[in-house]
Amino acid sequence: MSSVTEKKIGDVLLKVENISLSFGGVKALTDISFEIREHEVLAIIGPNGAGKSSMLNCINGFYHPQQGTITYRGEKRKQMRPHQAAKQGIARTFQNIALFKGMSTLDNIMTGRLLKMKAGLFSSAFYKGPAEREQIEHREFCERIIDFLEIQAIRKVPVGRLPYGLQKRVELARALAAEPTLLLLDEPMAGMNLEEKQDMCRFILDVNDEFGTTICLIEHDMGVVMDISDRVVVLDYGRKIGDGVPAEVKNNQAVIDAYLGVQH
Amino acid sequence: MLYRESGQYKTTYSADQAIFTIPQDRVFFALMLLVAFVGIPLVATDYVYTALLIPFLCLSLAALGLNILTGYCGQLSLGTGAFMGVGAVAAWNIATRIPDLNLLVVFALAGMITAAVGMFFGLPSLRIKGFYLAVATLAAQFFLPWLFVKWGWLTNHATSGVITAPHLNIFGWEADTPLEKYLFALGVVALLALAAKNLVRSNPGRQWMAIRDMDIAAEIIGIRPVVAKLTAFAVSSFYIGVAGALYLFVYLGSTEPDGFGISLSFQALFMIIIGGLGSILGSFLGAFFILLLPIFLTRVPPMLGFDLSTAIVAHLEFMVFGALIVLFLIVEPHGLARLWQIAKEKLRIWPFPY
Repeated sequence: MSSVTEKKIGDVLLKVENISLSFGGVKALTDISFEIREHEVLAIIGPNGAGKSSMLNCINGFYHPQQGTITYRGEKRKQMRPHQAAKQGIARTFQNIALFKGMSTLDNIMTGRLLKMKAGLFSSAFYKGPAEREQIEHREFCERIIDFLEIQAIRKVPVGRLPYGLQKRVELARALAAEPTLLLLDEPMAGMNLEEKQDMCRFILDVNDEFGTTICLIEHDMGVVMDISDRVVVLDYGRKIGDGVPAEVKNNQAVIDAYLGVQH
Repeated sequence: MLYRESGQYKTTYSADQAIFTIPQDRVFFALMLLVAFVGIPLVATDYVYTALLIPFLCLSLAALGLNILTGYCGQLSLGTGAFMGVGAVAAWNIATRIPDLNLLVVFALAGMITAAVGMFFGLPSLRIKGFYLAVATLAAQFFLPWLFVKWGWLTNHATSGVITAPHLNIFGWEADTPLEKYLFALGVVALLALAAKNLVRSNPGRQWMAIRDMDIAAEIIGIRPVVAKLTAFAVSSFYIGVAGALYLFVYLGSTEPDGFGISLSFQALFMIIIGGLGSILGSFLGAFFILLLPIFLTRVPPMLGFDLSTAIVAHLEFMVFGALIVLFLIVEPHGLARLWQIAKEKLRIWPFPY
């Protein structure tokens, strides 16, 4: 556990204050506040329907909470579209894979890099010259990610043909291609076998370590959560019931009740 | 055994990102171009040019334009015929009102005007998808030909309503014979096809395909759907507009402006479905199939000794044509381009099974 103690956890990167979100009469989130600090791995856990994914959707601008504020890098965020959040350095993966099925692995990752690329319609149509140079320059970066996630062999394979575990990995690669400051992972290990989970844990910790990326992940596997996260936020029925280091959360009575049920 | 890529190593990214990464493909394509530019002119008759090759080139360009929009960006459109009409009418107006303008400039301007019109009719795509969008583009298909007839200025108040294309004069080169017209159309189509291939393998193409495959994820990685969809409409309409201008100037010669009807839209749509959605090659294969098959069907029974009346041949043509399309969609829904790809993959390892 030495890496955790050595890690420099920095200032508050993103601060969620009193967020409430409802769809018609259904309250998805009620008065939620927490902080994500630079370079940390924060896990959001909770039973099904607790509002974890809704929380991520609020952070990356997909849902607009009716109340509360989100402060990112010290600036209060106005209502924004997802592509604006992406521009600010927030990337994410999805619970049920959202890859571009008709494109190859490499093209998916290159697409993740589009925000950093400039070539417009005319130079792209001409291709030779600036557009090609840009493609090659960014290809080099994407190849580094491909090496890092060990998916060299499937570079040119259409992602629709890949097995589930690899698709998850490609999705992570696509998110990393944008060089995000904050990476939101929605159940990165769902449906994986033990080995794949171990690989994924390794990648998440390596990303955190090597690139200094702040990671906020949702996960159901408690073993994984307790092992890799620096802090854990627990949601239940749209409310926050716990927040702290894994050991604290593990012994929190409200959390135990939410997971195991209470005798009435 | 000739088609083998083992031992061919790519050492640069630019070699790996080339259009044809394997020398065999490059040679094959160069041969095809040689045949198109030199071989065909040596053997073809005027009938082949005017009845087959020139309409093939015009319609494959239109299919290519539609493929950019529907195949690459996933936006269904039934307005191809009308947009070809816009291109034709715009080119005619520019060419007759400014007679000294270079023909290539005329075509480019006509394409740009069509692009603007296409973007306007593409605005509903920001809100609606799929079949509903197809209905919205259908509005263009009904509105624009009506406009060509009702707005007299567009046809210079010609009483017959017929517009006749002026002489083709490209940098002093008068393209009058079918051969010259064919070469002109081939040049335009080849250049635009290369540009399209470049577009779809770099940033704009990735944006379009991302929107097509998963629009929510595309937006979350920073693609603006408004920009991606409208550029797809603009580029697609540019191609269709140039195709329309070619159709009038090189193929028809003269037409009534309401001739750009919905049957043309459907024809282009069938071409890309049969040829292969999301494939540049597919647009050409589809156009070839759709145009050649009826000719083939009318010619073959007499050759085989069946002496059928023309009425029966005409009906038979429709029946066989329909049956073939249905069969095709069942056997290979990804079109001729996919068949070509499968054939190449098989050829790579031939004569071994895997």
